Amino acid sequence: MDNIAGQKSSLTWATHLSVLILVILWLVPTVGLLVSSFRDRDQISESGWWQAPFAVELTARGRTGTEATQDGDIFVVTGNIYDDPEAAGYFPGGGGEVVAFGTSGRNPGEFPVGEPVEIGDGETLVVNVDGSYEWRTPEDPGDRGQRVYFAAESPPSFTTANYEQVLTADNMDRAFINTLTVTIPATIIPILVAAFAAYALAWMDFPGRGVLIAIVVGLLVVPLQLALVPMLNLHNRIGIGQSFMGIWFAHTAFGMPLAVYLLRNYMVGLPRDIIESAKVDGATDFELFLRIVLPLSLPALAAFSIFQFLWTWNDLLVAKVFLPSDDASKVMTVKIADDLLGSRGGDWGILATAAFVSIAVPLIVFFSMQRFLVRGLLAGSVK
Amino acid sequence: MPVLLQGLITILVGVGGCVGYFYLSNLVLDKVIFPAKGPNIGRNINRANAVRPWLFLFPAIFVLGLYLVYPVVGSFLRSLYGRNPDTFVGLGNYISLFNSPDFRTSFLNNFLWAIFVPAASTFLGLLVAQLTDKLSWGNIAKSLIFMPMAISFVGASLIWKFVYANDADIGLINAVRAMFGFDNPIDVLQIPFWNNFFLMIILVWIQTGFAMVILSAALRGIPEETIEAAILDGANPWQLFFKIKVPQIMATIVVVWTTITILVLKVFDIVYTMTGGNFGTEILPSYMMDFMFRDDGRATAIAFVIMLVVLPVMVWNIIEARKETR
Repeated sequence: MDNIAGQKSSLTWATHLSVLILVILWLVPTVGLLVSSFRDRDQISESGWWQAPFAVELTARGRTGTEATQDGDIFVVTGNIYDDPEAAGYFPGGGGEVVAFGTSGRNPGEFPVGEPVEIGDGETLVVNVDGSYEWRTPEDPGDRGQRVYFAAESPPSFTTANYEQVLTADNMDRAFINTLTVTIPATIIPILVAAFAAYALAWMDFPGRGVLIAIVVGLLVVPLQLALVPMLNLHNRIGIGQSFMGIWFAHTAFGMPLAVYLLRNYMVGLPRDIIESAKVDGATDFELFLRIVLPLSLPALAAFSIFQFLWTWNDLLVAKVFLPSDDASKVMTVKIADDLLGSRGGDWGILATAAFVSIAVPLIVFFSMQRFLVRGLLAGSVK
Repeated sequence: MPVLLQGLITILVGVGGCVGYFYLSNLVLDKVIFPAKGPNIGRNINRANAVRPWLFLFPAIFVLGLYLVYPVVGSFLRSLYGRNPDTFVGLGNYISLFNSPDFRTSFLNNFLWAIFVPAASTFLGLLVAQLTDKLSWGNIAKSLIFMPMAISFVGASLIWKFVYANDADIGLINAVRAMFGFDNPIDVLQIPFWNNFFLMIILVWIQTGFAMVILSAALRGIPEETIEAAILDGANPWQLFFKIKVPQIMATIVVVWTTITILVLKVFDIVYTMTGGNFGTEILPSYMMDFMFRDDGRATAIAFVIMLVVLPVMVWNIIEARKETR
């Protein structure tokens, strides 16, 4: 359409470019999380995730061997520093080129590689680029090798170790199952309840219908926060307390206004002829609902299920209030917000991995069901 | 997995219970209470049809009433009592709230959130919707910008921790600063006042996709003739956008704006995970959680303040909805 005015080309490039920039801006934070979750923990603290494909310079330490050969009255120890398990432990991806070495932790890169240096007491030490060393000492080294500090390029290393740790230790596996346990009933149960109510509000005639619809619209915006204290007290009084039972009820109720509103909006738009002719043929409301309206409303049902699923999966507030705070019943959001961020504030690899585990399922649902989600959003908001 | 099993049983009981309730209550209504036979058949059928809507509505009305209507009253009543549920303090909780500097900070911050987040999200959403409208890869771009909608606020906060981190090897912002030669990393979440905006950006990042999807549909719904006529009259693209398109989708823009405003007033997760309310970033929902489990009187008073703030939007929503159903 824009090209009628004859200025297509001038604007098209600007449009492509600005959309590209926006998309990149939007994606970068998430990509950073994903990349970080696959990086080795030592590397995360040494270089940014955007440098992940490049080698990182790490400082490490190790000890020389002790098997000496005698050269006159000098003992000579040779070997490769990477053969020392302590030194090799710094480089799970295999050691790279040694850049510099030293003998004290305060100055690990004191000496350039390849040149023998005096390290006191008449001893000399040389470490080469490939990690091989020669240590010459006038005294028998006995069973203690010489301490060697060195700086070396660590090749980029990607690992699934973070995932293994998050999924097996740290109770994150438990939290994952708890999240599923909260989410699935809390998604399925409201649908039927809401569908019947939506049908009544859409296709049955009774006094007070308009008022009820208005109330549902009003309840859409009631802040959840109001319900927390009174409902928790009520749960405690009737013996549900803080439990999965309680959170299922709570999520069912909190999702109800949107469910009724969405489904009613959709059902009202169904063709009147079909419903009228079924009524003429003698179908009761119950049959009409089950046989005709419910199957026709599948897209709206799908849209609501996706909303409710995402909302319950991602929820932190309701889970904090209505679930017990012990480790056995924490859901992932609570686990990340309260445990990992508190005690592991600096363990970026674990944080990134835990976050990615918790957002992976919603992302899969999102990308596979996007059409329904968009349709649902439009039914709920555009008038 | 006993918990998972409990969940499965709940699904079965819940779904089975619903189906059973609806089926049996219909059966009882039609066959037992108002049977469609005998001398009063006509009257019975009419009566059954008058009762039936309420059978259909009952479970929904019950949970809505219990979990959303009762708490409005329940919270207000509770907020009139002190930490101990037996000591009546009248409006004492509200008075001490308004006198507390923390409350004023969170109220003002909430005000900033309620202005900035909807404005920025709607503006960016509209921008993306317009830019991607005629683009060949527009749908892919939209889908990627929409993606954060699926991410939890906690997950999003963590994602942004990797942007804001006070370390040039982790935080993107500090890395960019280091690139320009500023060697001392700064913690953007501790800059007074502006740290609020860094938190808001996270929510804008999430909500832009929502605004974009709805506004993009609205843009497509604009009648082609109006655009053609404007182009024939020599309107340039800017005029076309601001004078022809935007006025026609104004109603949708308002809906998007208010929807995001309502959401902003409820989100406590971002502040809770990013700063815990420190460094002057407290907002009402997170301030309420400080008192939750400690002082129910205070907590409910704050919740009720949130309700009062939302109230005008609620009334406006109801009026709009009434217009339509009529």
